[in-house]
Amino acid sequence: MYATRARRARPEPFAVHPGIAERLGLPYMDGGLALSATALVAFSVFTLAQATKHDVPGSPYYYVDRQAIYGVLGIVAMYLLTRIDYSRFRELRVGIYTFLCVSISLVFVFGFAARGSRRSFELPFFSFQPSELGKVLLVLALAGFVIDGARSGSEWQRTVRYLCLGLAPAALVFLQPDLGTALVFGAITLAVMYVGGVRWTHFAVIGAAFVAMTVAVLVVAPAVGTPVLKGYQEQRLTSFLHPSADPSDAGYQQNQAKIAIGSGEKTGRGDRATQTRLNFVPERHTDFIFAVIGERYGFMGAALVLSLYALLIWRALRIVTLSKNSYGTLVAGGIAGMLLFQVFVNVGMNLGIMPITGIPLPLMSYGGSSVLATFVAVGVLQSIHMQARLSQKGRFAW
Amino acid sequence: MYLRSDERGPAVNNRLALRLALFGGFAVALFAILFLRLWLLQVLDGEKYLAEAKNNRTRSFRTSAPRGKILDRNGAVLVANRTSLALQVNPRKLPEDPAERHAELSRLADLTHSTLKHLRKTMHEELKLAPAAPVTLRRDVGHYLVYYLQENQDRFPGVEVQRVFVRAYPDGTLAAHLLGNVGEISEKQLKEPRYKGLQPGDEIGQEGVEDTYDKYLRGRPGLTRIQVDALGEPTPNGRLVSKPPAPGDNLKLSIEKDVQEAGEAGLAAKGLPGAFITMDVHTGEILALGSFPTFEPSLFTRPLTQKQVDETYNNPSAPLADRAISGYYPTGSTFKLITAMAALESGILTPSRSIYDGGAFTVGGESFKNAGGASYGSLTLVPALQVSDDVFFYTLGDEMWDTGQLQHWAHALGIGRPPGIDLPGAVEGLLPSQHWRNQLYKEGKTERPWSAGDNIQLATGQGDLQTNPLQMAIAYATVANGGTVVTPHVGKEVTDAAGRVLKEFAPPPRRHVKMNPANRDVILEGLHEAAQTPGGTSYEVFGGFPTPVAGKTGTAQRVGHADQSWYIVLAPYPNPKIVTAVTIEEGGFGAESAAPVALDILEAYFHKHATASAGPNGGSPG
Repeated sequence: MYATRARRARPEPFAVHPGIAERLGLPYMDGGLALSATALVAFSVFTLAQATKHDVPGSPYYYVDRQAIYGVLGIVAMYLLTRIDYSRFRELRVGIYTFLCVSISLVFVFGFAARGSRRSFELPFFSFQPSELGKVLLVLALAGFVIDGARSGSEWQRTVRYLCLGLAPAALVFLQPDLGTALVFGAITLAVMYVGGVRWTHFAVIGAAFVAMTVAVLVVAPAVGTPVLKGYQEQRLTSFLHPSADPSDAGYQQNQAKIAIGSGEKTGRGDRATQTRLNFVPERHTDFIFAVIGERYGFMGAALVLSLYALLIWRALRIVTLSKNSYGTLVAGGIAGMLLFQVFVNVGMNLGIMPITGIPLPLMSYGGSSVLATFVAVGVLQSIHMQARLSQKGRFAW
Repeated sequence: MYLRSDERGPAVNNRLALRLALFGGFAVALFAILFLRLWLLQVLDGEKYLAEAKNNRTRSFRTSAPRGKILDRNGAVLVANRTSLALQVNPRKLPEDPAERHAELSRLADLTHSTLKHLRKTMHEELKLAPAAPVTLRRDVGHYLVYYLQENQDRFPGVEVQRVFVRAYPDGTLAAHLLGNVGEISEKQLKEPRYKGLQPGDEIGQEGVEDTYDKYLRGRPGLTRIQVDALGEPTPNGRLVSKPPAPGDNLKLSIEKDVQEAGEAGLAAKGLPGAFITMDVHTGEILALGSFPTFEPSLFTRPLTQKQVDETYNNPSAPLADRAISGYYPTGSTFKLITAMAALESGILTPSRSIYDGGAFTVGGESFKNAGGASYGSLTLVPALQVSDDVFFYTLGDEMWDTGQLQHWAHALGIGRPPGIDLPGAVEGLLPSQHWRNQLYKEGKTERPWSAGDNIQLATGQGDLQTNPLQMAIAYATVANGGTVVTPHVGKEVTDAAGRVLKEFAPPPRRHVKMNPANRDVILEGLHEAAQTPGGTSYEVFGGFPTPVAGKTGTAQRVGHADQSWYIVLAPYPNPKIVTAVTIEEGGFGAESAAPVALDILEAYFHKHATASAGPNGGSPG
C-alpha cells in the first residue's frame, strides 16, 4: 500500500538522463525521517543557544558551536550511509561485534574518567564515547547473528544465544559504569529478538527473569551485603517514586525538572525561565534538556518536540515494513526500538514518571557521540529505505 | 520463528505484520503517556508549578532591626544598642569532604567554647528553617576571635563574621532588675499570640520592661528578597524587594536615674540583700526600684560561662530575684499604719483613746512583749506610732482578732493581692486570716486553728504575713492620697526616634478605698512624729532632714534569720508626693539600716525637686 502511493508520488522514477536529485539519490530517501532528524538537531542548537549563554564563561556559544558541528557532521554521515547498501553490514557482523566489544573495553584502559565513570576517549576535538556508536553497531551485528543463526539450534538455544550476544556488551557498559546505556543495549537486544520472531513464551520467561533480577539487585543484594548497583544508581532508579526536597537527593533533581516543565505552562517562560536558567535543574544541556524546552517554550514547544520524535519513530517503523530483506527489517526494528526506548525513558525522566538513568535524548541532548550515533542510525534506516526503493524500481523496471 | 532465510523481497509476512502492529501500538501508547503527562504538568497544573518555580528562585534575608532605647523620665539613656560581631557558618561553603568538615567544625566548637554536638544541633535546627542560609553560632564574639579567624581563613572556609545589634548598658548594673534583658525567642514563646509573626532566632525582651514593652521596643526586621540560583548564590541584578529594617520605638520610664542611683548605692553600701522602691503616691509612677545583690544585664548579651551561671543562677543570694516586687517578707512595725487605719475605720479606736502599756500583752496564757522590753504607760495613737509601741497594737489586734477588720483593710490597701505592676514576676504574697488558717487546720496542714495570737502578730507585721516593698508602698500611698489604690508602673511613654510621644501610659487606679480624711491625718501625724520629733523611732536619721516627712520603722523577725530592717516614708508631710519603702534582710532595727538608705533616696529626690520641699505645705506642724 505504501509502495503504491510512493510510486505514484514519483512521476518519472527511471529517467533516462537522471537529474541532480536522482544522482544524489534524494528521491529514494525518506523525507519525513530526514526532516524530523534535522529539525530535532536544529531545535537542539536553537535551545542551547538560548539556554547555555552563561554556562561557559567567555564563550557564550560553546555548546551551540559544537552541537551545530556535530549536527552537520551527523547529517553528512547520514547521507553517506544512505549511499551504502546496509546489507554489507550483515556480512561484517563478526567484525562489527568484535569492534564493538573491543572499543568499549578499551575505555577501561585509555578512557577518560568523568564523575567516577570511564565512558569515553579524549580525542583532539571531542571526547568519543564508544558505547553511543556501539548502540548502532549492536543493532547491525545482532540482526546479522539472528538472520545467520535462524536455522541452527533449537529455539531455546537461539534465544539464549541472542541474549548472550546482546547482554555481553551491555555488561561491559554497565561496568564503566553507565547504567543508562547498558539499559539501551538491553532494549535493543529485546527489540531485535522481538522483530526477529522469538516466541512469546520466551519473552515471558525473560520478563520473569528480569523481574527476579530487579528484586535481587534492588532488595536482596543490598540486604545480604553485596550490592550490585552503586548507591547513587539505586537512589536514582528509585527516587522518582519518592520526590524529595533535599537538594542532595536524586529526587530533588527530578522534582526540579518537573517544576521547570510545569512552570512553562502553555506558551513557556522564554528568558524569564528560572528553573533551568538558575541551575535548579542539573545537566540542562544534556539529560535534562527536555526540561529546558518545557520551561522555555511551554506545552507548544515540548509538544512540537514530542511530535517530531513521533514522526521519527513512525517513519522508522514504516521502514521496518518496507525493507527488501529480513536483515533490514531486523535492523530497522532494532533502531526503532532503540529510539523509542531512549525517548520515552529520557522524556519520562524529565516528566517525573521514569527513573533517572542517564540516557540522553537522541539528537536533542548535547554531545557529539550521541548526535553522531543517532544520525548513523538514521542513515542506516535511510539506506534500508533506499535499497527498498531501488529494488522496487528494479523490479518494476524489468 | 518465521525467519527461514534472508531471501529478497518484502520481508513482511503475516506473523511479522502482527508483531509490527503491536510494536506500533506500543509506541503509540508510550507517546500517549508522554503527551498526557505533559498536558497534566503544563496545562492543568502549570500555575502550581509556576508558583513553585517562583518561590524556588527567591530567598529572603532578614536584617535585624535595632531595638528602641530605654530612657529615664528625663531622657537619660538607660539601655542603648551597640553593634557587635556575630559568628556565622555558611553551610554551603563548608568543605564537602566529611572528614574535613568534621575537623573544621571541631576546631570551631573549641574556639567558641561549645561542643561539636551542640554546634551540629544548632546548625541542623537553623537549616531546617532556612535551608542554605548562614547559621549564627555565637553573637558578640570577641575581637581576638575575629582576628584569629581572619588570620586562619584557609582553615575555616565558610565561617563568616557579621555585624548585629546587641544591648548596651551605659550604667552597668543600674536598674538591672527592672530593665530586664533580651534573648532569643523560645519555642514556647513562638506559640504565644503576642509574638505572632516572629521567627526562631528573633530576639525579644525576656524580663523586666524589655518584656512588658517588647512590642514597642522590638521594631520590624528588614526584608530583602533576592533571586538566587540553585546553590543559593545571588544572581546579578537579582534584588527583588528590599524593605529596610524599622528600628523599635524608644521607651521612656518613670524612673529617675539620680534617685535610682542613690537607692542602689545606699543598698550596696550596706552589702546585705534588700530592696527599695520610690513611687508617686498619686499616679503610681515608680521613680526608683531596685534590689540587691544585683547583676550585669550585659551578661546576657553573650553565652554564659559556667562560672557566670554559678554566680547568677546557682548563687544562694539570688542576684536575679527582684526583691522589691517578688520578695516574701514580714514587715514588722511598718504594718502598724494598716492596723491603725483598720482600728480607726472600724470604730474600735479613736485618736483620743488611750491604751495602757504595761510592757507586755497577755492573751490565752501567751505573753507578747514590747520590743526591747520597754513600757510606755498610757498612750494614744499618735505617740504610740511615734515610739512604735507594740502593746498598743497588740491590743488592737486582739480586739479585732475575729472581726476580720484588719484583714479587710490590709486587703483593701493591697496586701496579699496582685499589685498590677507592669513588670513580670510581681508576687501576690500572703495575708493571713481566720478563714485561711482554719481552712489549713481543717485540711490538717497546721496544728492549730486561728487564734487571737495570730491577729496580734499580724497587727505588728509578724507571724505568717508575707509581703514586699511594692505592696507596702501601695498601702502607704493609698493612705497618703486619701484612698486611691494606684496602679504602679515604670513605663511612662513611647517616643519615636525624633522624640515625638506616640503613646503615654497612665494606667487608671486599681480601685478606691473610702476612708475618713481625719483618720488619715492622725496616722500621718503619728508617722511624722516618729520620723522628725525627738523620741521618734527614726528621729536620729530624719530629725535633721530639711523636708518634713512621715516615716515608719520596722524590725521584722524572720525564723532562721537575724531581724529584717524596714523603713517606709511619705514625703513631704503633710501632703505626700512620694512614698519610699526600703527593706534590708538581716539589717537589724529599722532605723539602723533601712532608714539611712531611705534618707539617701529622699536626699537625691529633693535635691532634684528642691521647690517641693519649700512649698506652702512644707512647714513642719509644731
